[in-house]
Amino acid sequence: MALWPIHMLNSLLYASTLFLIAGGLSLIYGVMRIVNLAHGSLYALGAYVTAWTIGQVAGGAPPAVLYALLPVGAIVVGLIGAMIEPTLLRPLYQRAEEYQLLVTFGVLLILEDVMRLVWGPYPISASQPWEFLGGSTFFGSRYPNYNLLVIVLGFIVAVLLWAFVYRTKFGVILRATSQNMRMASALGVNVKRVYVQAFALGCFMAGLGGALIVPIQSAVLGMGVDALIIAFVVVVIGGLGSLEGALIGALIVGFVRTLGITLFPEIELAVLYIIAAAVLLIRPTGLFGRA
Amino acid sequence: MPAAAAASPLRSLAYAVPVVIILLMLPYVVTPYQTILMSYGLIMAIAALGFNLLLGYTGLLSFGHSAYFGLGAYVVAFMVKYLHITSMELFLIGGLIATLLVTAVFGIICVRYTRIFFAILTMALSQVVWSLAFKFFWVTGGTDGLRIPTPTILNGLLTVPKNKIAFLSNTYYYYVLIVFIIFVALMWVIVHSPFGQALQAIRDNETRAAFLGVRVRRARWIAFMISGGFTGVAGILWAPLNGLTTPDILYWPFSGEIVFLTVLGGFGTFAGPIVGAVAFNYLKTYAVGLTVYWQLLLGSVLIVLVLALPTGIMGTLGRLTMTIKGEEGK
Repeated sequence: MALWPIHMLNSLLYASTLFLIAGGLSLIYGVMRIVNLAHGSLYALGAYVTAWTIGQVAGGAPPAVLYALLPVGAIVVGLIGAMIEPTLLRPLYQRAEEYQLLVTFGVLLILEDVMRLVWGPYPISASQPWEFLGGSTFFGSRYPNYNLLVIVLGFIVAVLLWAFVYRTKFGVILRATSQNMRMASALGVNVKRVYVQAFALGCFMAGLGGALIVPIQSAVLGMGVDALIIAFVVVVIGGLGSLEGALIGALIVGFVRTLGITLFPEIELAVLYIIAAAVLLIRPTGLFGRA
Repeated sequence: MPAAAAASPLRSLAYAVPVVIILLMLPYVVTPYQTILMSYGLIMAIAALGFNLLLGYTGLLSFGHSAYFGLGAYVVAFMVKYLHITSMELFLIGGLIATLLVTAVFGIICVRYTRIFFAILTMALSQVVWSLAFKFFWVTGGTDGLRIPTPTILNGLLTVPKNKIAFLSNTYYYYVLIVFIIFVALMWVIVHSPFGQALQAIRDNETRAAFLGVRVRRARWIAFMISGGFTGVAGILWAPLNGLTTPDILYWPFSGEIVFLTVLGGFGTFAGPIVGAVAFNYLKTYAVGLTVYWQLLLGSVLIVLVLALPTGIMGTLGRLTMTIKGEEGK
């Protein structure tokens, strides 16, 4: 097993992107109690926007410009999130949660086709940022430097997010709203604004996941629908609404999936869903969730 | 929005008989294509009817009904491929037994929770089934799927036309219609039985229902099995009609479609899911024919529906008739 360091790095890479997607999903659920079925499609949209910007619009630009353009996908997705919340979700807070689920399912259907409409049915890639960085040798195996960068960035985002939620005033407001929306509102918190910001931030993270992964793998139709279901597994394991949970869940899923693909490829996906179902049965609030 | 509790059997028949007559005459009036389209609609109606026993009557939103639909279809395909069975009746029996066994196990797991946890659990379990169908391609044909030939009906008692279109638009249409009528009647009896009343009591107030002596979890589990069984029957009927079964019908967006069409019809009424399934079937077929971007169209319809008409077609119709009647009374 001379390949084990590579497997470890690959699972960290996978965990890093998964954390970005699932962390956003969990943040939105934690603050607003909304399960955003369109979250995977927002991740895909981030990948498409970045791939299109880097690969086609600024194709010949110097490397530094391309790296600076990477977050464009995340910013666009964050802005779209800021538009979705007040128009589509806000009218539904008084209604049963089934309706919120359905509206986000509607957004999913629309986004999937908008991507097909704008970028066509073929995958689009933007591999220059990946190629420029070359690779390093670990225990006799080559590993791309860009992948290492994504791993590092994933953990930097996790730390920043933690600091943001637990060490800033906005984080206090966010947590207060999450715990008791009415009490926060009575204390003078502008809940409407917090909801827009939380939703946009969650969407931004999904878009960032897509933007960072697209130099490694092309943006394809259907990637969002696949990503959402894995992100669900992550948040279910970690606990809906918990950021620490999303991080641990992403690491668990990352390792299980990388192990699974090498050791038991036929049932690697089934194993993930079974783990999620088992966690729900034993601890319905997840490993880190609150009741 | 409780389902019309005071509906008498006679009044329901007054609505049902004209609809059945129209459906019986359909193959003589419209093109074979339209008849086949209606078969798809009726099949989805059986699935939606089962789904709505959970959503409308028990208050549980399942996001995993694709599993039971797909299971029904795949059991038919397996019976053809591995047992060389072609009898439609054996398909129904075998598929129903298999679906009920799986729903019994999944049900025990899922009914421990309600609300969003129930939705996610059902979804996770349906994804287990999907990933198995997707990965074990040497058994299930993977994404290529499995083919299902024309079945024999009533052990050859009914001569089956050689022409596939003639078979599907006539013999098989009536077969589907009869099964549909039987299952609608069955569901009507179930929701109006003491058991059906108990489910509605659970939906409205779980604690109160428990104090009245309803064994809540057991009732939910039985409702889960009936619901999955109905959806499984729909999958069984769907398999020969479609002629091919692929993992797409097991993937989670298909569960979303079942939720969609039930809400479209209105999950607060008995007939809502039936109307929703038939309407959705036409909507989807024409949207697919009209544009490649049919998902865009359907997504927009869904959002407008949820924001503007949350009670669906039947709920809105009901409200309109109430308004008209109210004005006449003045």
